Formats: sequence, C-alpha cells, structure tokens
Amino acid sequence: MKLTGLQIFKLLPNKNCKECGFQTCLAFAMKLAGKQAKLDACPHVSDEAKEKLGAASVPPIRLVKIGAGEREVLIGEELVLFRHEKTFYHKTALAAQVDDGMDAVTLAARAGAASSFSVDRAGETLRLDLIAVKETAGDPQKFAAAVRSVKASSPLPLILVSKNPECLRAAIEAVKDSRPLVWGADAGNVEKVAAVAKEFSVPLVVESGDGIDALAALAVKAAEAGVEDIVLAPLSNSPAARLGDFTQLRRRALARTFKGTGYPLVMAAGGSGYEGAAAAVAGTCKYASVVVLENPEAWEFLPLLTLRQNIYTDPQKPLQVDPGVYKIGEAGDDSPLLVTTNFSLTYFMVSTEIEASEIPARLLIAEAEGQSVLTAWAAGKFNADVIAKAVVAQGLDKTVTHKRIIIPGYVAMISGDLEDKLPGWNVMVGPQESSDIPSYMKDVWAKA
Amino acid sequence: MTDQIPTSAVRRVRIGNTAAQGGTRAFSVEVGGETCLPFLHFEGEMPLRPVIAWEIPDVRPDDWVETVREPYAAVLDDPAAWARLAAEKMGARLLCLDLRGTNPDKQNRTAAEAAALVKKVLAEVNVPLIVKRPGPGEKGNEVLTACAEAAQGERVLLASAVEDDYKTLVAAAIAYGHTVVAETPIDVNLCKQLNILISDLHFPPEGIVIDPLTGGLGYGLEYTYSVMERIRIQALGGDAMTQMPFISFVGQEVWKTKEVKVPVEKEPRWGDRTKRGVLWEIATAVSLLHAGADILVMRHPEAIAAVEKTIDGLMKKG
Repeated sequence: MKLTGLQIFKLLPNKNCKECGFQTCLAFAMKLAGKQAKLDACPHVSDEAKEKLGAASVPPIRLVKIGAGEREVLIGEELVLFRHEKTFYHKTALAAQVDDGMDAVTLAARAGAASSFSVDRAGETLRLDLIAVKETAGDPQKFAAAVRSVKASSPLPLILVSKNPECLRAAIEAVKDSRPLVWGADAGNVEKVAAVAKEFSVPLVVESGDGIDALAALAVKAAEAGVEDIVLAPLSNSPAARLGDFTQLRRRALARTFKGTGYPLVMAAGGSGYEGAAAAVAGTCKYASVVVLENPEAWEFLPLLTLRQNIYTDPQKPLQVDPGVYKIGEAGDDSPLLVTTNFSLTYFMVSTEIEASEIPARLLIAEAEGQSVLTAWAAGKFNADVIAKAVVAQGLDKTVTHKRIIIPGYVAMISGDLEDKLPGWNVMVGPQESSDIPSYMKDVWAKA
Repeated sequence: MTDQIPTSAVRRVRIGNTAAQGGTRAFSVEVGGETCLPFLHFEGEMPLRPVIAWEIPDVRPDDWVETVREPYAAVLDDPAAWARLAAEKMGARLLCLDLRGTNPDKQNRTAAEAAALVKKVLAEVNVPLIVKRPGPGEKGNEVLTACAEAAQGERVLLASAVEDDYKTLVAAAIAYGHTVVAETPIDVNLCKQLNILISDLHFPPEGIVIDPLTGGLGYGLEYTYSVMERIRIQALGGDAMTQMPFISFVGQEVWKTKEVKVPVEKEPRWGDRTKRGVLWEIATAVSLLHAGADILVMRHPEAIAAVEKTIDGLMKKG
C-alpha cells in the first residue's frame, strides 16, 4: 500500500541531520511520498524501515518484459484506476495476429506490414508493438515454421498462441532467446505449459472463462510452478462482462490484498473490422496492457495508436516540443512568420493547418512551459516580453524581411505591447482557431 | 476512495414530448439515471442506454469531406428529407439539427428561416430533436428563441448555453418547455458553476444536459475523457450540481481533422480513407462512452451502426 508522508516520517530516524539535502526528516518524508527523493539519500535509515518502505514501493502490478533488444515491450507497473489520478504508465501494447494456417508469403507480408507501420505524431513515433502467431493444427513443426517465417520478416517481439505444450516448445526453440509471451495456460494444461514457460524463462499468459477468482487461482498455480512473469487473460462472454472483469482485476491488483491478481491484463479484440477495433478502443481505455487484433488492416493502425497516445499521455506533463523556429514547406526569410507556444498539441494543430494552407511559412515556438495559448497567457508565460525575446534570440529581427509576425487570435490584446517591444515590426492578429489558419493565410496574409 | 460503490444517481433527462405529454413525438428519449460508472452493472444501475443523435446540417455541408457526405448524397440540399432518411431509413431515434447556416460569417440565414425549418422537420419526422446554434451572441439568441417558439411543447434540447450567454436561451427553454445543453470548456468547476447559474434562473436541473467540450481523437480527446470521468465521479459521490447526463458533439470534431481527410494516395501507410475516418469517429465515441457520455452526436452511418453495436454489448448484463 502506498504510504503517506507522515507514515514514512515515523520510519525515519528523526535526527534532522540534513545529510539527505533537506532541512528536516519531515520534509524528506514528504518528498519520498511524492517520489521526488530516494530513500538511499538518508545514511541513517534502519534496515527495518528500508524493508517496510521497500515493500511499499514495489508496484502493485508486476512489470513484465516481452521480447529483447530495441523493440522490447514493457507492461505492468500501473498505479491508478483513472488517468487523472496520476497517469497510465506502460502503454497498451498493440499486437497484430496471424496464424499457422497462412502460407509463408502471407505470413511474411502481414508481419512485414504490421512492423513497418510508423507515423510521427505530436512528438511520438507511433508503431505497433507485437506480432501474435496462433497455432491452429496441433502440429509442432508447422507452428515452428510459421513462427520462423514471422520472425524472419519482423523485428517485433512475438506472442505464441497455443494450448499445446509440444507446439509451444517447438516454437520457443525456433526463436530462441527472443523472450516471446506464451499464451498459454488454462485450467486443463497449466502444469505442463507452466513447466515449459519456466524451462525457457518466458512470460506466460494464464486464461480462464470461469470468472476472475478462478483466473487468480490459476495464476497462483503458475506462480507456484515457478513462473514469475504472468499476464492474465479473463475470457468474458460479453463486452460488459469484460469491462467488469478488467475493472475488478485492476482494483484488486491495486489493493494488493488479493492473491494472483498483481499482473498485467491481456485482451483479444475478437472480431475483425470495426467491431474488433471498437473492442481495442475499450481495452486501451480500461486496463488492457496488451490488445491482440485479429488480422488488422492498415486503416486501423493510425486511429488505434492515436487513441493510445491520448489515453497514455501524462496529464501532469503535457507533451512539449522544443522552442525554436520550425520551417513548414520551403520557407525562407520572406515567408510568413507565425508564433505559438511549445504545447505539443498546439504545435501539432498549428503546423498541420499551415501545411494545409500550402503556403510555406515559419513557425516560432516560444517556451511557455508546455501550456496552450490561453493558459500560458493567463499564467504570464506567453506575453509580449516572451515573444519579443524569442524573436531576438532566434535572430529573426535581423533576418525576416517583411518584419511582420502573426500572433494567435486569443492573445490579440498583447499586439500593441508587442509592437512596442519589437520596434519597426507590424504585429498581425491571426485567427483564434487553428482550423481557420488556411483561410487566414489566403485571405489576410496574401493581401497584407 | 474511488473504488467505493457510489450511491447517488445521475439525473434523468427526457427529450421529446409524446401526445400524452403535450407534444407530437412518437416517443421520447430519456438519458441518465446511472448509479455507477459507465457499464459497471455489477455494482450499480445503468437503466438507460446511451443515445446517438444524427447530425443534420441546415444548409448543404460543402465543407464536409466527401467520405461522410457520400452516404447522404441524395439529401444534401434538403434538411427535411435528410431528417426523414435518418429517422425512417437509417433508424435514428434522435436528430440534431445544426443551424450552422445562420452564422453571420457564413450564409447568415435568418431566425425566421431557422424557425420555419424546425417546424418543417418536426412535421416531417416524429423523433425527438436537438436544435443547435452555431455559437453564442445576439444572432444565436435570436435564432434559438425563434426556434424554441416554433417547437413549443415538443421538449427539444436547445444547444448550447455558455457562461457568458445563457440567460436568453434558458428563458426561451422555460417559456416554451424545452431542455438545454450547458457547455463549459473542459473544467469540473466551470461545469458546476454554469449548472448553478442556470438553476438560479429557476430552471429545473432535470432539464440540463452538460457538454464539457469534446476534443476529437488526436486533438485533445484525453482532456475531455478525464474531465468527464472526474465530473461523473463527483456526481456519483453526491454533488447535486454535477449530476447531469453528458452530451458529446463527436462528429463535428472528428470530420474536420487532417487524418480523416488525407487520401490514401498521399499517405499510403494510413490505409483506406473512408474506413480510417469511420474508425476515427468510432474511437472518439467509444472512448467517451467509457468516460460517461449519454448522448453522442455523430455523422457517418457506418460509425453510428458500429457504436450502436458496441452499446448493445456494453448494456448486456451478465
């Protein structure tokens, strides 16, 4: 259970020696509670306190690593039920599923398409994370061959989907040392499959359609068999039941008092097309650490990855872009100059609309602590002073030929002040909404 | 604690009056009533199904991307025919008449024209109606007051009252027996504040639907999502002035984004444009359903069908 500052304080020596860098033990305890300091900074802390504080700092949901190397996927370690309480931490991993009934050419094409998808959006590269290979024929050689084909055409870590221990063994050996996630164990095969997972030290999915108590009991069995990295798959018989199961499992995990629940969750977004994609949306919002899509198509990737980006953005730390001058199109010293804040979404929207206007321009991004235009203005982080300093710091006062700058419509009130601070410049007031930038560029800038 | 079982309920709001209730609708639509977070049937009641309202523009929507215009190709110039198509052929149970053409910066249609259109749509179809002005201000008030009068007794949902401009709209709702949308910019306290201001005019809270402002997928969705979760948790915790159902204007936010417009020829990796756009609308709607949306205003028939199916699954108990 998470300890409060006062609970931590009671475990500290109360010497107020300041060796940790804080004035008092209480101040240090408050920082520890807020995760802004580390216990190692205290040289006098007792072993007993270390143990208690250490146990409290173990995340309630186990960290599970899938794959190895550059594309390794981390899931688990979640701390909250609602993203506004803190943040959701390790992003839902999206997996594209293929099966061993497909021929080698199809497998290579699908695995290649899923793993080559990559789009830069609002400061992040959006990519799929995993390929799931499903066994359909009970034939170890066939399954291993399919897994080999996929591995040869994709750098992504794998999920091996089979209930058959021999098939799993053959497939794991075919991709040795790549740490696939094995899906997995159920009430009928848990001993045998857990033994395979333990032998190869790979993470294991346990699944049950008999409710979350049965699922947790199965996880305990797998753990007792020596498997440490477990992922839970509740097989619910309706979307409502699934939401209920995922919600209750997350609550139990965070409560730390229910055995066999402190593991990340995986969901198969059954059905293809819109239905499967809608299930994936639900899973991303509500507690799935891995979502497996059946044969997804190209048009599904961008919406689903954008949704994941939205839900997993840290609410306390808005994504920021680096301050500076950004060229949009073949822009030069005589191109329009616009200015806005370094809030990633603001930058993304404004740059997208400038691009849509098809008029090359330069966009000056001012340091405004990652806040949007109005919020930053209200906080005094985006005013005439800040903008004028950014113009000079970037040397724009020397290079811009037309001496005109377009400010966001929401800060029209600073235009006079800015003209005072940038002598000889003409401050133009742009639109309030970024969606009106293309018409502004065509109608106002072109005629100015 | 967020995981305690809440005991308070979201208020029920009814849109549309049947003959027995003094109107001419074939049925009314009721939303709200939840005593639990969305679809958590194991610990509370969610007696009423979230409803999708079909967006009907009052003038030909030439700015809509063709992938969402195409299903309505035959009715683009005729909002009454459009309403009939949605209600009779496509199964709409709620319509949202968007009076975008009354915007002084656009076609600047008059209040009388808007009111005549409301009357015509009410005569053509018998489903309940949302009437939306393009924005606050004198013209918007004139338009909505005329429409409220034209729809007297039908209990339409008038959209939207904002903090700087709510009195005229609320007065029209009181005078002619309608409900109102209270719109605030993604903030729990501002939302509550506007509900209090509207209630201070002796308008019943059972007539208010709240719009915390929708950011579309990729364009601020996460802010809307979290503020809705926070408002709903506060409501279920017993705060009377946040216990209103939510409305989310999904379609208008989704279909203006770059990602639904760019053709596959320009961005081959993005895949089929129509399906990509439909999924953009589905993803926005489904995530907001999980945050508590009670009314979703949407555009594409395929997206609406998919979200109705999702709601079917989420409302099925056991």
